[in-house]
Amino acid sequence: MSREPRIIAFTCTYCAYAAAEAAGVSKLHYPPHIYIVRLPCSGMFKSHHVLKALRSGYDAVLWGGCHPPYDCHFVNGNYKALVRATLLKNYLRQLGFEDDRFRLEWIAAGEAERFASIAREMVEKATALPKLRFLKHSEVVD
Amino acid sequence: MEGSSRIGVFLCHCGTNIAGVVDIKRVAEEIGKIPNVVVWDHRFLCSADGIDSMVSSIRSSGVDRVVVAACSFRTHEPVFQAALHRAGLNPYLLEIVSTRELCSWVHEGEKEKATEKAIRMVRAAIAKIRDNRPLERRRLPVVPAALVVGGGVAGIRAALDIADSGFTVYLIERGASIGGNMARLDKTFPTLDCSICILGPLMNAVAQHPNIRLLTYSEVVSVEGRVGEFVVKILRKPRYIKESLCKGCLICIAKCPARAIDEFNLKLSHRKAIYVPYPQAVPRIPVIDPDACLYLRKGICRTCEKLCPTGAVDFAQRGEVVEVRVGSIIVATGFEEYDISSVYEYGYGRYPNVVTGLQLERLVSSYGPTEGRLTVPGLGIEPRRVAIINCAGSRDERHLPYCCRVGCMASLKHAWYIKHLVPEAEVLIFADEIRASGKNFEEFYRRIRLLPGVYIVKSRASEVRANPSGTLSIKAYDPVLNREVTVEVDLVVLEVGIVASRSTEAVRNILKLGASPTGGFLLELHPKLNPVETAVDGVYICGAAAGPKDIPESVAQASAAASKVIALLSRGYIEIQPHTARVVEELCSGCRICVTACAYGAIRIVERGGRNVASVDEVLCKGCGSCVGSCPSGAIEIQNLKLSQVEAVMSEMQGWEPYVQRA
Repeated sequence: MSREPRIIAFTCTYCAYAAAEAAGVSKLHYPPHIYIVRLPCSGMFKSHHVLKALRSGYDAVLWGGCHPPYDCHFVNGNYKALVRATLLKNYLRQLGFEDDRFRLEWIAAGEAERFASIAREMVEKATALPKLRFLKHSEVVD
Repeated sequence: MEGSSRIGVFLCHCGTNIAGVVDIKRVAEEIGKIPNVVVWDHRFLCSADGIDSMVSSIRSSGVDRVVVAACSFRTHEPVFQAALHRAGLNPYLLEIVSTRELCSWVHEGEKEKATEKAIRMVRAAIAKIRDNRPLERRRLPVVPAALVVGGGVAGIRAALDIADSGFTVYLIERGASIGGNMARLDKTFPTLDCSICILGPLMNAVAQHPNIRLLTYSEVVSVEGRVGEFVVKILRKPRYIKESLCKGCLICIAKCPARAIDEFNLKLSHRKAIYVPYPQAVPRIPVIDPDACLYLRKGICRTCEKLCPTGAVDFAQRGEVVEVRVGSIIVATGFEEYDISSVYEYGYGRYPNVVTGLQLERLVSSYGPTEGRLTVPGLGIEPRRVAIINCAGSRDERHLPYCCRVGCMASLKHAWYIKHLVPEAEVLIFADEIRASGKNFEEFYRRIRLLPGVYIVKSRASEVRANPSGTLSIKAYDPVLNREVTVEVDLVVLEVGIVASRSTEAVRNILKLGASPTGGFLLELHPKLNPVETAVDGVYICGAAAGPKDIPESVAQASAAASKVIALLSRGYIEIQPHTARVVEELCSGCRICVTACAYGAIRIVERGGRNVASVDEVLCKGCGSCVGSCPSGAIEIQNLKLSQVEAVMSEMQGWEPYVQRA
């Protein structure tokens, strides 16, 4: 049997989390490997959370917010997430993480099917990724 | 860290909704192993019995924090918070885990894994709630006034309902007159009432109501604030007429030499540069179209100014922004027809005698371009045979996937118009099926179906082509004859699908409302239980902007939205969620990054003990957490969603090892 990945999804209350709930209401199936955390807004984006998640054993991280330009319930939190996520993406690449480890997605409250298909896709891709191994301090420093 | 707290966990079966997939017994077993945690389960936790047993369980066990694993916080948080309150706990010591929406409903058929997931989700909630603190809700006053955006039948009904209960209503309409699309209709199905005859009295009631401030030819520019006190800026576009002086004699219109396309008649005719959209318009005050007026374009003419007996024409008028304060907002911006020229095969826009359903309404209307004589545009004759094509653009994956809800009944009504005005004409309705599910709809269908010369072809028309004589040929597959048929007609009427009006998008962007992926219809808070509420507190929706619907449904929804507003305004206060940001002053370096991240200007730098630190204004703070994400020191946190709590959630959902109690 193939590896069981674990994915964490940070979702904003008004769009991405609402889409996840709508996927439930419409009984749109997706694999159970994705765990959903509700934040007020995607603007709460903190690179720390993503890095911490990868470090603590999650195979991939999804950060979900409202569609730019206007959907954000908190004026422009989605843009704040976009700026920080773009920086983080480059940083992750430099550190050697595969691109599929982190995704920023805009998912409107009505886009239940989109949420479910992103969840399916992420689980599928994460299954193909190797388990993350972090070097011990002694392995890096002489 | 509140290590000594005892946590009560309530697992809801939700009948078989959760328990049919998640093994509740096993979840209870696993969770019961965690120290200082007591577990209960109930078949329907939100039932009166469930709540009662929850209250007594909390009281008798002495737990001081509660995790509920059930359904969405959106629908049930108030219910369970009330239970905590009854049991003597602060309602913010509650964490709801959506084991239904986020687990059982999406992982059917994977019982084992769904159960494991549910265990992790509950463990995460337990880890999080240990750090929750009791919070107090804040009460703020409500401005006793409402704003209704859109002056169609829904907006009119809502405005009248609110005004009748004694509150001030600002009714804003983008066009020169209220009335909306209903004013364009000649008759209404299934009763065949004259549309303007039933709408007109309501429009006049709006104009005369002492509590309604009618602002036509106006648009919402910005909305700030929150439920209870929205500050709305409204642009009053220049009419070039002083509303206070105009007596509505309309002498100005008669001699105006400039013409423009008439939008009210859906481009079927022309109007003057100074005009009222239609004779029954409210207010009965003309507007000068600056793109057509000779004086405003070229500096010549001023005929209307010379003719006006009260000197109401004012070419120097400029747009003016007015500000109003309201406690609540209703959006009723209505619908428009889908741009059917994008369905190339129907020939709309290429052939003058292909018209939309709304255009036909104007063609048969006594105040339309032909004053009620039905003549075919382009041919100038009475139609001998007419094709009505249903579902034009609707129920079509390439265009609008949904049903327009009104096209079937409209097509029957349109067949009646044609038979009524040109009795010898033949009418063919091309429809996959006729959806007549409404009060007296089936009876109306029967009545029209039995009219001589009305034929219903059970198929979709595939193509409309022009003949050299100017007539049109319709191609369709007839399932009864089992072959393709071609019919020559004089006039084609397309029952076009509907989408939310163009101004809906502008308003929804200002108010931050959600919309359906196709059609742009405004998103309700819950499709079954909160059909007029939105995700934005204090903002309600009604009418066709919220989804395809007919007149009685729009009116009913408008009254529903109005009653929500009246309830809010008469209560006089709102309670707001206390999940605001809070600064950990020992960690704050006063770097000001959070100040720039805050979209509400809620953070200031203040001096504390000789140091500059950030400080949050709790009334302005909306609790979005943008500051949390921006802080390089981890010094600002959302209450009851602290960084340590997010990390606890993360590690509990990840951790497989047996539970180890943290210090």
